[in-house]
Amino acid sequence: MLERLQNSRNALGLLFLLPAAVLLLLFLTYPLGLGIWLGFTDAKIGRPGEWIGLENYSFIAQDAVTQLALFNTLFYTVVASIFKFLLGLWLAVLLNKNIRFKTFFRAVILLPYIVPTALSAIAFWWIYDAQFSIISWVLMKMGLIHQYIDFLGVPWNARISVIVANIWRGVPFVAITLLAGLQTISPSYYEASAIDGATPWQQFRHVTLPLLTPIIAVVMTFSVLFTFTDFQLIYVITRGGPLNATHLMATLSFQRAISGGALGEGAAISIAMVPFLLAAIMFSYFGLQRRAWQQGGADK
Amino acid sequence: MSAKEDTVDTAGMNYLDSPMRKAVVVYLPLAIFVFVLLFPFYWMAITAFKPNNELLSRDGNPFWVMAPTLDHVRKLLFDTSYPQWMWNTVLVSVVATFFSLAASVFAAYAIERLRFSGAKQVGLAIFLAYLVPPSILFIPLASVVFQLGLFDTRLALILTYPTFLIPFCTWLLMGYFRSIPFELEECALIDGATRWQILVKIILPLAVPGLISAGIFAFTLSWNEFIYALTFVSSSEIKTLPVGVVTELVEGDVYHWGSLMAGALFGSLPVAFIYSFFVEYYVSGMTGSVKE
Repeated sequence: MLERLQNSRNALGLLFLLPAAVLLLLFLTYPLGLGIWLGFTDAKIGRPGEWIGLENYSFIAQDAVTQLALFNTLFYTVVASIFKFLLGLWLAVLLNKNIRFKTFFRAVILLPYIVPTALSAIAFWWIYDAQFSIISWVLMKMGLIHQYIDFLGVPWNARISVIVANIWRGVPFVAITLLAGLQTISPSYYEASAIDGATPWQQFRHVTLPLLTPIIAVVMTFSVLFTFTDFQLIYVITRGGPLNATHLMATLSFQRAISGGALGEGAAISIAMVPFLLAAIMFSYFGLQRRAWQQGGADK
Repeated sequence: MSAKEDTVDTAGMNYLDSPMRKAVVVYLPLAIFVFVLLFPFYWMAITAFKPNNELLSRDGNPFWVMAPTLDHVRKLLFDTSYPQWMWNTVLVSVVATFFSLAASVFAAYAIERLRFSGAKQVGLAIFLAYLVPPSILFIPLASVVFQLGLFDTRLALILTYPTFLIPFCTWLLMGYFRSIPFELEECALIDGATRWQILVKIILPLAVPGLISAGIFAFTLSWNEFIYALTFVSSSEIKTLPVGVVTELVEGDVYHWGSLMAGALFGSLPVAFIYSFFVEYYVSGMTGSVKE
């Protein structure tokens, strides 16, 4: 009797999983394997590839543009993630205060995250326009600069510009999720620490941060993951230029594989992201989890 | 004792009694945040209705429109395939969302409630699938799409979007199903209800908030999707809105900023509109799925 129930459960379980499993196996698992295989071939668009072993990888390892793209990706991820974290945490703390129109603020602040990135990136492209940038206009009127800034035409300007756009888009996600974490912290901790004479900064440092660490770990893992593999912002604002200064691994693999037709090489570049990606995830997740554990917080 | 109460009181009083301090420490930074986060939208909107001579002038006040014009909007609607892109995006998003949601409900119920052998591992696999970024998948996926003869069709997008929608929706719904008491199901089982009846009559009605947040998420994610739509579709009449605006409204060296911004604005409005109705579901879904 029990066995029959168990059996039917298994059968039913498989049946219920079928639609999701078929789609994911065909369009996710299989392509993932295919991508790894393609990385070892010289496949071009419209021509199946021959196995060439590690040739693509040894090529990209020596390719100056790929090296630059890797540097850009790491720089982009580290700088943007740090700022997203700091600004997101600040915004979350502000929203957690006893303020008016709380729901309104919360709703409005998420907008950059909701709206299609490609479309808001176009707005940034216009805001950064070399001749008509509103930022340059304001700075000129304030007398801070004497000529319009070439935001996207100079390598370091362009890097910073796309990072700013990425931060703009990412802060809402971090802020709203951390706000949810803040709201689960019981006010009694703050009352108790206030009785003991803790200053607001001490409360933040010794109550808020330790209790928030588990959720910070999760949020930052997601944030790092999405920043590292970002494509849209770069593709829309700079297409990797000027002089490949803003190419990320994802945009470079698109350029080589789809625009350039070298599927194998492009696949190798995108597969080359995986070890870095895993390292970044491990770092942000386990690094932060471990800190929580060392501080004696986070019993989950 | 009384001394301690005093400190608490004064600490509390200080906090409430200094509106000036609060204005500087809380409202001012908050106002700057809101300004910066919303400015690009304002700039989009104002550019969309500015005549070209105002757009390309460095004099006057750029923050306002002196002589609003609908020229850019007219150009967008009648001289480009914009309405077609909008329709494609709606179609692809709605269909992909619907199928992903249906598949996710079954998958989440199976993993969370049927407890078949291996349910845990499948649950973990689903979560890992969510972590696979589209920018690693799009190259091999393009060749799969091509092999299946789906290149340059809406079906290619409808079938590939679930790869990121299903893991997310399943994960989110698993959380919702977990919050529904087992006892309800056991009672129904004893009364002779089938699993199907339990799912449709008990679980789904109770999971409506979860279904709404998963649906909104799936819809906005599909609406935002860019790299698959850019790679798997090449004809103008099949393109989705973000891709169409980025690839077709930018012609050579002359940028029609007015039309571009109008395109960006009207492409953002539908998701912003739907989101504004379901903010609570969206936020709870977002925070819930991360906290799991």
